[in-house]
Amino acid sequence: MTEGLQGPAPDERPHPDGRRTKQGTRIDPEVEAEQDTRTAVVSALVEHEPGVLAKVSGLFSRRQFNIESLTVGPTTVEGNARITLVVEETDDGIDQVKKQVEKLRPVIQVGELDDDAVCAELVVLKVRGDEPDKVHAITQMYEGQTLDAGPRTITVQITGDQQKIDDAVDAFRQFGIIEIARTGQTALARGDTPTTPGEEPGHEKAAEKTRKDDTRTGTYDD
Amino acid sequence: MSDPVSPSFDAETEAEAELEPEPGEDPSATDAEPGRTGAHSVVAALENAGAEAMFGVQGGAIMPVYDALYDSDLRHVMMAHEQAAAHAADAYGIVSGTPGVCLATSGPGATNLVTGIADADMDSDPMVALTGQVPTDFVGNDAFQETDTTGVTAPITKTNYFADHADTVGDTVGEAFAYAAAGRPGPTLVDLPKDVTQDETAVEPGDATVPDTYDPQTEADDEAVAEAARRLERAEKPVVLVGGGVIKGDATEELRAFAREYEIPVATSMPAVGAFPEDDDLSLEMVGMHGTGYANMATTHCDVMLAVGTRFDDRLTGGVDTFAPEAEVLHVDIDPAEISKNVTADVALIGDAATVLDQLDAEMERAPDCREWRSQCWTWKSEYPMDYATPDDEPLKPQFVVEAFDEATGDDTIVTTGVGQHQMWAVQYWTYTEPRTWVSSHGLGTMGYGLPAAIGAKFAADDDQQVVCFEGDGSFLMTMQELSVAVRENLDITVAVLNNEYIGMVRQWQDAFYDGRHSASEYNWCPEFEPLAEAFGAQGFTVSDYDEVADTVEAALAYDGPSVVDVRIDPAENVYPMVPSGGANGKFALSEDQL
Repeated sequence: MTEGLQGPAPDERPHPDGRRTKQGTRIDPEVEAEQDTRTAVVSALVEHEPGVLAKVSGLFSRRQFNIESLTVGPTTVEGNARITLVVEETDDGIDQVKKQVEKLRPVIQVGELDDDAVCAELVVLKVRGDEPDKVHAITQMYEGQTLDAGPRTITVQITGDQQKIDDAVDAFRQFGIIEIARTGQTALARGDTPTTPGEEPGHEKAAEKTRKDDTRTGTYDD
Repeated sequence: MSDPVSPSFDAETEAEAELEPEPGEDPSATDAEPGRTGAHSVVAALENAGAEAMFGVQGGAIMPVYDALYDSDLRHVMMAHEQAAAHAADAYGIVSGTPGVCLATSGPGATNLVTGIADADMDSDPMVALTGQVPTDFVGNDAFQETDTTGVTAPITKTNYFADHADTVGDTVGEAFAYAAAGRPGPTLVDLPKDVTQDETAVEPGDATVPDTYDPQTEADDEAVAEAARRLERAEKPVVLVGGGVIKGDATEELRAFAREYEIPVATSMPAVGAFPEDDDLSLEMVGMHGTGYANMATTHCDVMLAVGTRFDDRLTGGVDTFAPEAEVLHVDIDPAEISKNVTADVALIGDAATVLDQLDAEMERAPDCREWRSQCWTWKSEYPMDYATPDDEPLKPQFVVEAFDEATGDDTIVTTGVGQHQMWAVQYWTYTEPRTWVSSHGLGTMGYGLPAAIGAKFAADDDQQVVCFEGDGSFLMTMQELSVAVRENLDITVAVLNNEYIGMVRQWQDAFYDGRHSASEYNWCPEFEPLAEAFGAQGFTVSDYDEVADTVEAALAYDGPSVVDVRIDPAENVYPMVPSGGANGKFALSEDQL
């Protein structure tokens, strides 16, 4: 007859002193290192088929990535669209975001934008119409436009980077903001740098017109 | 039965010839062969792509596809339940390397596939699911048997498609098939609205190709290879950690040659069982929650870990803070997203496993000097032997039964399992030496996987290759209706139900962590599996004594057709060693009092 499992008990065994962080990185056991999060702007060039937005947004919820905003719109290349994502994650988290988005079939290219990228956002604000002159002045100060003005409400739009929009929203609070709609940031890389790695200039590719869009199928859900 | 059916290219050429317009005839009049539909394109695409076997269940919205299959040589197996169709297709893909195909109708057919698709997704198994859908005009109206199948399956497929035209549906199915097997494999799904499969079309599908947005890196960067080689050369305590990617990437030969040439001990993840022969001196067998003591000691104390095709699942790593805490990790994977996802890679080797192992081998200038380390590993092997006691006053031990089946069968025998204690005994006490012989539900942990997987595996197996399925009583009861399929198809498979009248793994955890309160884990009545098997038309056996095990195993294996052995095992037996969830692998418990 055999004896069953044997051997030194857990506390009789040697154990290494080393440790890893929650993210699986080796650390000096004396120093507990936590990675800080940062904001990153990620651009994804995608095939503009039905369901692509659902695939990207579903990925963010199921992998628990912190997403601040997501914008999408067509590019000048027929059948392509650009999705701009603003995420708040650790460096490792941002790396995972890029790699997981890249894995989605309709995604052509993914890139993270540098700090000097050109970013813009649009906000539409509806405030009380009691002080039209003051509202007009603030709107001018932020180089905005008045979209609608009536006896009870005034609606304006402001565009700019996130800081400018935040400041403008603060400035309009004095009038009582009734409703607000923000688009989230959309962005391109500065100068000659392509926004996603290897991305070809849109005007050249558009000329080819040989895409196989009509052979593609997709989901119907958006 | 298990012969792959080759697509009939002659028939295709004839069909094309018939489509050539006669001189002087209006070409538009010869557009479609009368009655040739989108469904025919679906079937033609599967034939072109090299599909061999399909498992499915009929239903309203998928009927046009089944009608087209009526004229095809593709092998189709009618399953009792769609979940089993998905598991069978999954197992077919694991054993053959070619995607298995499963079919279901819309609504409940599609949702019943979901568990099997999720299982294939977690284990990166190549599989194609084809689901019927209500006609396009009804989509979105909550029509009879309508479910948003692409929405439901988006998170559990490598990708999915909603077919939108009879002219393109063939190419879509071809792409889904090619994509399922390409790079890191996984399940793909094509949702087929009934009008798309019913509409006539003259368009023949082309060759099956992967999406043009898909271009995986197969060869690792030279600098990374050189860096990995240098680190491996100077390692004093190296370990190779093999993941399922080695088997899926057909890199078993390269892996074995590499480990043996540089004499590095090898541990495997559960999906990698069989990648490295467990009777080899260098083998440490499986690492992780119920892995061997020696594999867990070696991976805990190593200084360099060459990890190939593994995603560092939490059941493998235990608490990540104490996983190989002092090791430089050299991570080979074809999916860049796996690099540094759970465990940070010191060197990332993105590429195909076989290619990267060849690159590393070419770059290595010498073997690491690790004679002492190897003898340390061998010391651990003798210190923590995988063993079990068989006292006379206790009922039959399940480990003994697993060993009896192993002894009575050949090395190439395929083992499938459900999920639970029986699964762990089957992996611990069977000595695996060949890839694609261990078929189990690893990532998702789906109870009831074993029997449908045995059916799928049998169709992929060589004619003389045996298939043994280990199930638990609880797990078997989840999918045992598939015995009807095994009998109908006269499949020579042997099911051993390791019966302890418990949801055993839950009972073990309740004893360890919930003060022995057996809430909803204990059957106060359980069917008798021998007469139940007989009622299905299979051969039934029951065994409860050590003396009868060898003869019963022999008789069950000898029976030409499906047989079921109800093995009455010690209900108190537990699975050890065990690393509690999130615990340190090096602190594995050998018994409950060590937890």
